[in-house]
Amino acid sequence: MLLLNHLWIILALPLAGAAINGLLGKLWPKSAVNSVAIGSVVLSFLAVAETVREFCNLAPSQIPFIGNYFTWMIAGEATPHPFRVDFALQVDQLTVVMLLVVTFVGMLIHIYSTGYMAHEGGYYRFFSYLNLFMFFMLTLVMAANLVVMFVGWEGVGLCSYLLIGFWFLKKSATDAGKKAFIVTRIGDFGFTIGILLVFATFGTVAFGEIFPLASQQSETVLTTICLLLFAGAVGKSAQLPLYVWLPDAMEGPTPVSALIHAATMVTAGVYMVARMSPLFSRAPVAMFVVAIVGAVTAFYSATIGLVQTDIKKVLAYSTVSQLGYMFLACGVGAYASGIFHLMTHAFFKGLLFLAAGSVIHAMGGEQDMMKMGGLRKKIPVTYWTMLIGTLAIAGIPGFAGFFSKDDILEAAEAGRYHHVVLFVLGLVGAGLTSFYMFRLVFLTFFGQPRYDEHKVHVHESPKNMTIPLMILAFLSIFGGWFAAPRLVGRMDYFEKFLAPVFASSPGGDVAPAAAEAGATPAMDLVHALTGWPVIVGILGLLVAWWFYIKNPEVPKRLAKNIHALYLLLLNKYYVDEIYAALIVRPLLWISTNVLWQVVDEGLIDGTVNGTATVARESGSQARKLQSGNTRSYAAWVIVGAVAFTALLFGILGVKR
Amino acid sequence: MSAVPISYYLVLSAILFGLGVVAVVFKRNIITIFMSIELMLNAVNLAFVAFARAHNQLDGLVFVFFVIVVAAAEAAVGLAIVIMLAQNRESLNVERVNLLKL
Repeated sequence: MLLLNHLWIILALPLAGAAINGLLGKLWPKSAVNSVAIGSVVLSFLAVAETVREFCNLAPSQIPFIGNYFTWMIAGEATPHPFRVDFALQVDQLTVVMLLVVTFVGMLIHIYSTGYMAHEGGYYRFFSYLNLFMFFMLTLVMAANLVVMFVGWEGVGLCSYLLIGFWFLKKSATDAGKKAFIVTRIGDFGFTIGILLVFATFGTVAFGEIFPLASQQSETVLTTICLLLFAGAVGKSAQLPLYVWLPDAMEGPTPVSALIHAATMVTAGVYMVARMSPLFSRAPVAMFVVAIVGAVTAFYSATIGLVQTDIKKVLAYSTVSQLGYMFLACGVGAYASGIFHLMTHAFFKGLLFLAAGSVIHAMGGEQDMMKMGGLRKKIPVTYWTMLIGTLAIAGIPGFAGFFSKDDILEAAEAGRYHHVVLFVLGLVGAGLTSFYMFRLVFLTFFGQPRYDEHKVHVHESPKNMTIPLMILAFLSIFGGWFAAPRLVGRMDYFEKFLAPVFASSPGGDVAPAAAEAGATPAMDLVHALTGWPVIVGILGLLVAWWFYIKNPEVPKRLAKNIHALYLLLLNKYYVDEIYAALIVRPLLWISTNVLWQVVDEGLIDGTVNGTATVARESGSQARKLQSGNTRSYAAWVIVGAVAFTALLFGILGVKR
Repeated sequence: MSAVPISYYLVLSAILFGLGVVAVVFKRNIITIFMSIELMLNAVNLAFVAFARAHNQLDGLVFVFFVIVVAAAEAAVGLAIVIMLAQNRESLNVERVNLLKL
């Protein structure tokens, strides 16, 4: 019980790392910055490991374990209840999963960054932001109430902004940073109102106090709360219609894309929905909205991914799509599957991004896949790890993504809130995922080199980059095996572990495998291995192979034949342009012509400048009294004396 | 001995004071202005003495002594200023003391 009573240490370590590097890192050599940055995260990971060990010894009645440190704010009348927020951290099974994923993947990405960022300016600044991000992300997942969670939520948004715009001399990078910040703000507005509505309804914001009261509330109130909270999740996790910031966020350094925009921050929305599952489960309408948004996003952004040529953009749309799957899982009531996919996704998508970073590093900064090709032999470690990541995301049996995606699609087909549309969208999306990921691999690593071999000196990345790749590749294979017993009709360990968290949600997870009574384990296995998700995954692989290895002219012909559709996809359905026309430009017009020129220049500047003008004008009039003429002064003295006397005798009436 | 009524003194005092005021405002020669100020002070002195006698009290007389002392001090400082002015401006015209004028 040593560390469990001091949960704050887990947070304090990265914060201290950020502060030390931020304040002193500029003066230090890179090795010192490295040791502070990596050391703080490694220590944080070890602290998490120890916490988890202690957590496993707790009795079920002690879970969730809450560490309450101080009352952060308290306001309002004591009756019926003041607005009270404690700075409290909690640990339960869901937090444990998130903590392990965040600190472990974060640690690997910190190590990778020492290689990737080695030649960049602002080295200390990068690691300071990265550590700060870890602090806020851990705050987010450990928060025991909505307000502390919101602090972490906004904090990771801040770090995301800082890191997307890390190369702040590049205009596209700073623009992307601003876009990310502003677009997520739209969702956060809903989240904020949702938090206030939770307080207004339940009189508290602490999770442990909200959930027992959830069953007493009407469905309408719960639906409203859930939809507002989900708005926040849509912004943060880049779902339709607020996903537009995530592809642009690829302007940031690749380790940032891996850590923040694939593995951790963008999954915060999924975590939040899972955390609030006792409310969501009692609001079927909200659940349906979550599921449909997730399914449509999963399908929609997969279609955009089909034609992108920037290696990171493909992965970005893939991330949006995979996040859609997680929401789909939550929406059909399979929260554990959603979190499971969150975890496996953190492994394989983190891996894919880091491997893509390694490719970009090898190509000397080139991101266009059309200018790659044939890299398989030259960067073998990157190739093999990336292939493993691709097999995992495509849902090929045996790899991590297979277990989690299969889980989700099964829930969409047969779960509590299943719907055939959700299942079909998810299934088609899975096929597309497999296709565009293998397209990426084939274009990058196979075929003839399409770059100038005299100019680009392809080289394998240093050890501090390849070792994190290998570790993540290992996890991309075996990270999903917790769920393996489900294939033969047994208990899914991951689901079993998380079950207590979702137990209070009515009909949370049904165990689909157990439902099929009478099936033998062997039949289950065969059924799972030949199920639709596997078939579409392999189909995607074959089509990609056909398109990009066997007949490389097919895609070009296809693009010509269905040119309109191709252009539509290539331009991402023109969503950015539509948003610009519908929202950005009108806002800009109002800002310029009304807020700037009328309100700011007219009203505010007018008031300030007007005051100054009045003072100056009255001064220049009054200054004429100070003529410098002695006799006029004498005259004024007399006028004053007479006036004073008149005042005394006449007005105040001083009598003899 | 028929006493002169106090109003006579006061009227005389007022006339002298008024002359002083008018002279201060309209005269240009700094010495004349200076003398006019003395005239005003003495007009006030006259009023004090008149009241003191009329009320048979010494307070007014004490005040007169104060005024005389102040007038002497003023004359000392003022004449020094006048001399400096005469040296610097080579004129006694107050119109020319206008360095602070706009």
